[in-house]
Amino acid sequence: MGKTEIAVVGGGAAGMTAAIESARAGAQVTIIDENEQPGGQLFKQIHKFFGSGVHRAGTRGVQIGRDLLREAEEAGVQTRLNTVVYGIFPDKRLGLICGDHTEELASEIIILATGANENALSFPGWTLPGVMGAGATQTLININRVLPGRRILMVGAGNVGLIVSYQLLQAGADVIAVIEGLSYIGGYGVHASKIRRAGVPILTGFTVLRAEGKESVERAVIAQVDEKWQPISGSEEVLEVETICLAVGLSPLSELAWMAGCRFSFLPALGGWVPAHDENMQCNLPGIYVAGDLAGIEEASTAMEEGRLAGLAAAESLGYLPPEEGRKRKEELRNRLAALRIGSFGEGRATAKKKLMRAMCEK
Amino acid sequence: MNQTRKKEGVRTTGIPSKEELEASPGYPSYEALTRGPIVVIECVQDIPCNPCESICPKGAIRVGNPITRLPVFYPEECDGCGNCIPICPGQAIFRVDINHAEDKATVSFPYEYLPLPKKNDIVQGVNRTGEAVCEAEVLRVQKPRKFAQTTVITVAVPKELAMEVRSIKRLKRME
Repeated sequence: MGKTEIAVVGGGAAGMTAAIESARAGAQVTIIDENEQPGGQLFKQIHKFFGSGVHRAGTRGVQIGRDLLREAEEAGVQTRLNTVVYGIFPDKRLGLICGDHTEELASEIIILATGANENALSFPGWTLPGVMGAGATQTLININRVLPGRRILMVGAGNVGLIVSYQLLQAGADVIAVIEGLSYIGGYGVHASKIRRAGVPILTGFTVLRAEGKESVERAVIAQVDEKWQPISGSEEVLEVETICLAVGLSPLSELAWMAGCRFSFLPALGGWVPAHDENMQCNLPGIYVAGDLAGIEEASTAMEEGRLAGLAAAESLGYLPPEEGRKRKEELRNRLAALRIGSFGEGRATAKKKLMRAMCEK
Repeated sequence: MNQTRKKEGVRTTGIPSKEELEASPGYPSYEALTRGPIVVIECVQDIPCNPCESICPKGAIRVGNPITRLPVFYPEECDGCGNCIPICPGQAIFRVDINHAEDKATVSFPYEYLPLPKKNDIVQGVNRTGEAVCEAEVLRVQKPRKFAQTTVITVAVPKELAMEVRSIKRLKRME
């Protein structure tokens, strides 16, 4: 059985930063990731990030991803790629699937940074080829450099729907419309303005009724909805599209946290069931930490700050940081996190995060 | 497509309304524009973001704390260098030179599509809804390394459209 001091499950934005901080403090750190490359979603984030200088604002996600890979290597982080963590067992033993065999890895601390799943939306025709998640579309166009279709309908006007629409335009597709069930655009106005300038209509109060086509999507039928999300008859419109992208939210990828026995809270503002954690990102089970989208769906910039916080706290608990230094640096990271959770786009998440921390104290 | 709009404003339409723009502290008055080329900041929501403040060599853009505050623009400090245009992750900063010629103004904007237009090309200027509103002559296509792959394009447009034109119609790709 293999051994490590800190095992980080998931090598995306949160997992990489957690591993870097722990390793820099002197801990022996192993990242386990099921993909061929670490970096998670960062390499498909070809847009410039928001935030301030400490959050690397104005830098593209793909560049941040490259920098994190280099930093992790310099810090001496071990990386196990193409490796799936299939379970967490007593005494913090991880079950790994490595190609044709399984292994066990025992760890003193586990940091879960497993990320999120895209939500689906079911409607007649939703199983036709051509209906796909917006995140999957983003992987196709920005990583694999393949257009899923020329004419696109985007469902959902949150930041993911707006950003992926923009990137589809950059990739050479036509986005016929972005539709949104709510009566308002949930994502940043500036993302919406970019695609409006490019001539893309954004229809609020609309839903997709069905997808039609023989072998694959040939058209989408959309309709206006009332306040109860019921389609208004007579408002149907037919859009000639080849691809319907679903950007209807993300859910924390929480199976391992459930299996480990973490306490959960249901917080819609954070994407549903989220493991409770304290201000060190530690769960109710000592030695198990969470960070990033698993700990609540937010932006990549927040995921990176949470990862750093979890990594630092984990290293501190193993005695790698003098208490005073640990206290100071964690405080700084908490302030950086707080700065990303203010204003009308952040307040709801800030409140939900407080509830999540209170849930830790409940019996 | 029939687009019914009950309300105006960025949260409903994706386009900041005239009222939202004029109420935002980054949007200069027309009077300020007459004094020379300056930037126009069309940032109307409390997004946690401040790279415009850090990059401005003149201190003409101030966000302060918390970083969700809207950028406050001091037009008298701005020399129109335009460094803030490509750094803005929201692509919400433009430069306008209202005095370019007797009947022409210039508008500079961020552009991240291929192919790029070339200097002296005549392209179509589009407004905030993407509607082509005029012919526009491409004066400059800037893409130095420090812009990190955001090109800044400057076009000449009829003076009365200086505060309307915000981009150009995307050019067709070669198949």
